Amino acid sequence: MKRLPDERGYFGPYGGRFVPETLMAPLQELEQAFHEATRDKSFRRELDALLRDYCGRPTPLTFAARLSAHLGGARIYLKREDLCHTGAHKINNALGQCLLARRMGKVRVIAETGAGQHGVAVATAAALLGLSCRIYMGTEDERRQSLNVYRMKLLGAEVVGVDAGAKTLKDAINEALRDWVTNVNTTHYVMGSVLGPHPYPMMVREFQSVIGAEAWLQIRKAHGALPSLVVACVGGGSNAAGIFSAFLPYQKVKLVGVEAGGRGPLLGHHAARFAGGSPGVLHGTYTYVLQDGGGNTAPTHSVSAGLDYPAVGPEHAFWKDSRRVEYVQVSDDEALSAFHLLSEMEGIMPALETAHALAFVTKVARSYSPAEAILVNLSGRGDKDVAEVARVEGVRL
Amino acid sequence: MSSRLETAFRRAAKEKRAAFIAYITAGDPSPARTLELLRALERGGADIVELGVPFSDPIADGPINCAAAERALAAGTTLTGVLQTVRELRFASSLPVVLFSYANPILAYGLSRFAADAATAGVDGVLVTDVPAEEAGPYYQAFRRVGVELIPMLAPTSTRARVKQVKKLAESFVYFVSHTGVTGPQAQLPVELEDQVRLVRKLAGKRVAVGFGVAKPEQVSRVAKVADGVVVGSAIVARIAEIGDRPELFGEIQRFVQPLRAATRRF
Repeated sequence: MKRLPDERGYFGPYGGRFVPETLMAPLQELEQAFHEATRDKSFRRELDALLRDYCGRPTPLTFAARLSAHLGGARIYLKREDLCHTGAHKINNALGQCLLARRMGKVRVIAETGAGQHGVAVATAAALLGLSCRIYMGTEDERRQSLNVYRMKLLGAEVVGVDAGAKTLKDAINEALRDWVTNVNTTHYVMGSVLGPHPYPMMVREFQSVIGAEAWLQIRKAHGALPSLVVACVGGGSNAAGIFSAFLPYQKVKLVGVEAGGRGPLLGHHAARFAGGSPGVLHGTYTYVLQDGGGNTAPTHSVSAGLDYPAVGPEHAFWKDSRRVEYVQVSDDEALSAFHLLSEMEGIMPALETAHALAFVTKVARSYSPAEAILVNLSGRGDKDVAEVARVEGVRL
Repeated sequence: MSSRLETAFRRAAKEKRAAFIAYITAGDPSPARTLELLRALERGGADIVELGVPFSDPIADGPINCAAAERALAAGTTLTGVLQTVRELRFASSLPVVLFSYANPILAYGLSRFAADAATAGVDGVLVTDVPAEEAGPYYQAFRRVGVELIPMLAPTSTRARVKQVKKLAESFVYFVSHTGVTGPQAQLPVELEDQVRLVRKLAGKRVAVGFGVAKPEQVSRVAKVADGVVVGSAIVARIAEIGDRPELFGEIQRFVQPLRAATRRF
């Protein structure tokens, strides 16, 4: 199989580099620095050591015995990214990129965040490496994820609320890109997902591929075989790209990405790019975008801030068209039910993003035999969502 | 036959000044006002107008142009409507028009359909902010086929190799972004600006228009000494926002741009 993306950053027709000229030379420089770093043994040693001694990798693989019995079908295994330092897979990429930023001589990092997990991860990595840090976050997301806003501030980051557009992740990325255009000489933009212009989709996938590499070994040991199904939620798509990367060559392993179906299929009520979107350019890449007839980005909705985004990583668009990965949608209500189910069945409170992946599993587990395994990427923990779940369900804390 | 853009640059050069390029966002304050605003800019002395196509996610724009795009979209501006305005302008005027757009409104319209309709409407050039040389191939071909110029952009971060690369794409001019940053008035333009403009002209072998951040007559005057064209955008857009949708808007804008145009003269 040919390794994607190609030298222009394309995954089939998707990807590329649609940015203002000011960012082109810096992106070329970043691409080169990334290639050099990944070939440099000392860089890899330092990153591996941090992932082990600081993040707590490898994260465990947990057999969800009660959930499996309850659903009656496949054996369900959870890849426990929620046990990473800071509570989600985001730290894998944040550490990688911040190390790279330091290597490139950048003294300042910026990032966007939706659910706040990437923002917290970057603030953490910046504190560890002594970089100055600013995080952009939509004001609607600040409201939904106020705990994470305070966490970032405690970690020494400056959090800038973005009050434009829908006041969510998309608008935070716009503002982060504008900051980067302005301060590109001193600043590295730590993009949080497999989005944006080349080399970000490739680089973030590579930094997250540790999830898949570990899970591949762990499930073969625990289950004695590869899983029949691997499931992950897809906002931008970094946790999914991370876990899928190890299983892509095995055609017998079915891969499913779960998008936010929100309140329903009407445009504006969901974030299901593959159900309601069409190819276009947003945030530097050509991919599926939720848009109106004039090419303007459509509003999105999801109970989960991390999935509330109108575009998707270009490699996912490629996997969608090539049918290697199937993309499905799960509603707000189904995700909330799965949030409760895993909390009560396994004593694990998943992030609302992750709950979307679990909700899909609850629908299909029964159609698999008990000899088969389903692997779910438990991409993050749900502590950050407790207040929002209470609010949505009308519980006063 | 030389193009309207060529003619405008030649006329300005003959008059010993840089071409004055005035930017406004189409549809701000409302689509019905854009035609009359273009006329006001022409009466105020604009040699070329740059018409911004409003887009929901303008990553190269600062707060002033972002707010204008939001107003324009809220007022129902579409790319179809923008082309219609240019068509109407052409009944009475040969003022060169350059559209300033992001890729996605053009892709949603359909690239070759857009190129054909833009040419028919009388658009002279198109600047696609988020389409750098590497991605420009399909745009260049579609526009060239119908005689519309693709105007390449260069920035202070552009390497020498990148500057040379746009030589093949450019026709009457290249657009040089004055500073690393988004659109919007700058208190100070970079000290290296003059050297950079000279280098770009030498390496690209084309006329150079300078934009982003140029707001005041003193700045126009400084840029005009080295550049072939000077773009003023956000300052005009801010003035439009300040006045709002009132009958005196057109006269006020004409008066506002006159000193900017006067400052393009090289003494």
